Amino acid sequence: MMNSIFTVSKFNDIIKGLMEGSFEQIWIEGEVSNVSRPASGHIYFTLKDESSQIRAVVFRRIGQMRSFLAITNGEMVLCRARLNLYKPRGEYHLVIETVEPRGLGVLQKLFTETKARLAQEGLFDAEHKKNLPLLPRKVAIITSPTGAVIRDILTISANRFPATDIVVIPSKVQGADAPQELVGALHLAQKITDVDVIIIARGGGSFEDLSCFNDEKLARAIYECRFPVVSAIGHETDFTIADFVADRRAGTPSAAAEMVFPERKALTNSLQGLKVRLQQAHINQLISKKKYWENLTVRTKTPERLLEDYRIMLDDYSYRVNRSVNNLMVLQREKHTNITFRISDKNPLARIALLSSRLQGARDSLFSHWRLLGESRWMSYAALTGRLEGANPLAILRRGYGIITKIPNEKLICKAEEVAVGEKVKIKLGEGALVARVEEIMKEKQ
Amino acid sequence: MNFEEGIAKLETIVKKMEDGAMSLDESLEAFEEGVKLSKFCGQKLEEAQRRVNLLMEKNGKLETAPFGERDDDL
Repeated sequence: MMNSIFTVSKFNDIIKGLMEGSFEQIWIEGEVSNVSRPASGHIYFTLKDESSQIRAVVFRRIGQMRSFLAITNGEMVLCRARLNLYKPRGEYHLVIETVEPRGLGVLQKLFTETKARLAQEGLFDAEHKKNLPLLPRKVAIITSPTGAVIRDILTISANRFPATDIVVIPSKVQGADAPQELVGALHLAQKITDVDVIIIARGGGSFEDLSCFNDEKLARAIYECRFPVVSAIGHETDFTIADFVADRRAGTPSAAAEMVFPERKALTNSLQGLKVRLQQAHINQLISKKKYWENLTVRTKTPERLLEDYRIMLDDYSYRVNRSVNNLMVLQREKHTNITFRISDKNPLARIALLSSRLQGARDSLFSHWRLLGESRWMSYAALTGRLEGANPLAILRRGYGIITKIPNEKLICKAEEVAVGEKVKIKLGEGALVARVEEIMKEKQ
Repeated sequence: MNFEEGIAKLETIVKKMEDGAMSLDESLEAFEEGVKLSKFCGQKLEEAQRRVNLLMEKNGKLETAPFGERDDDL
């Protein structure tokens, strides 16, 4: 537009006017990061999304309101703001008037998702967790080498059991490099062969401060660690993914020290108790064995006494055997007599004779009936046969009669007129037959 | 054998002896063994001094250095 040459101030003025004039009230949402709260009481932070960011400030007067106390890194927020260009630096920023949370921040979302996924894979399963040894020989502690955490653990462990060796493996416990350093420290700890427990410890902090302990690679490294891992991260109420994967979780680093290091006094007392029981049991054993032996001795007799006893026993037994045998014989005899008597009653020979005569009787009876039957039948038969005989026409022939039939058809001739003179006829006699010729026909005159 | 194993074995022996089911020979042997274990465990408990070391890996090599237990050592 204008060909004139600007001064920087002039240019910034124009831009400031343009920018601030274009936006009265801006509603804008994004993720909070880089929060800083200097002594002035103002709150500075960066509002960002996946590819862009913008600086923001909340002035003290407004910043003291409760809603602003909640501004933390990683949170998604919705802000009402106005635009401001700060000429001395040529930078523009948002001046925030109100803020409200906009749902879970990215970090929070990632935490929830990772935790659910690893839980399903079984990384948090109770069955996988190892037990802590009663008395560790060497403990590896992964933590920042400076600060109160390692101090506390060393003090408490020295009070409880000062003889256990400790190896401190330094690592960052915050920030982007932390997960990798922590994993490296874990691998280092496993290179030492006589380590019995590993403690990962870090003091309190915000959600973002502790977020390196939600790293997936770190979780897997803890899961695969061959020594038991105790996690003591943040405060009692902070739970990171490392806490879930670890074999034991302590609410604070001090609690971890108490978990891992036993109290020497307590162990010494236990051992003393066992010693006393051992002695007592031993003495009791000896006493009871002695008593047993003494008891046996008293009950053992001298050989003469034994012999006497045996003699008496022998006599007694002999007498009893004899008596037994006698009794037995008497008993058997009685039985025998009894049986003989009962048998004679049931002598089969007698029974056979009886049955025989009955059989004979039956037979005789049968025969006589049969005879009678036969005879009467025979008589009827004979009578009938006789009558039959009598009626036999051939018997008549024997009395001299003959049957005369024609030749050739054998027709009976009963009347003389049935034949002609000179005709041949057959005459059957009682014995044999004749062929005759008719000579004459005589008519009967009555 | 470590302390935990030693204690466990000792407990087993004491229980067996208290049950009283062993022969005289076995009983004497068990008592001897028990005394040995008791001495061993006692020693573990009486060790006095520990070592606290800082461990780092430099160029692929492990290096240990004493780690001061007092603030002024840092």
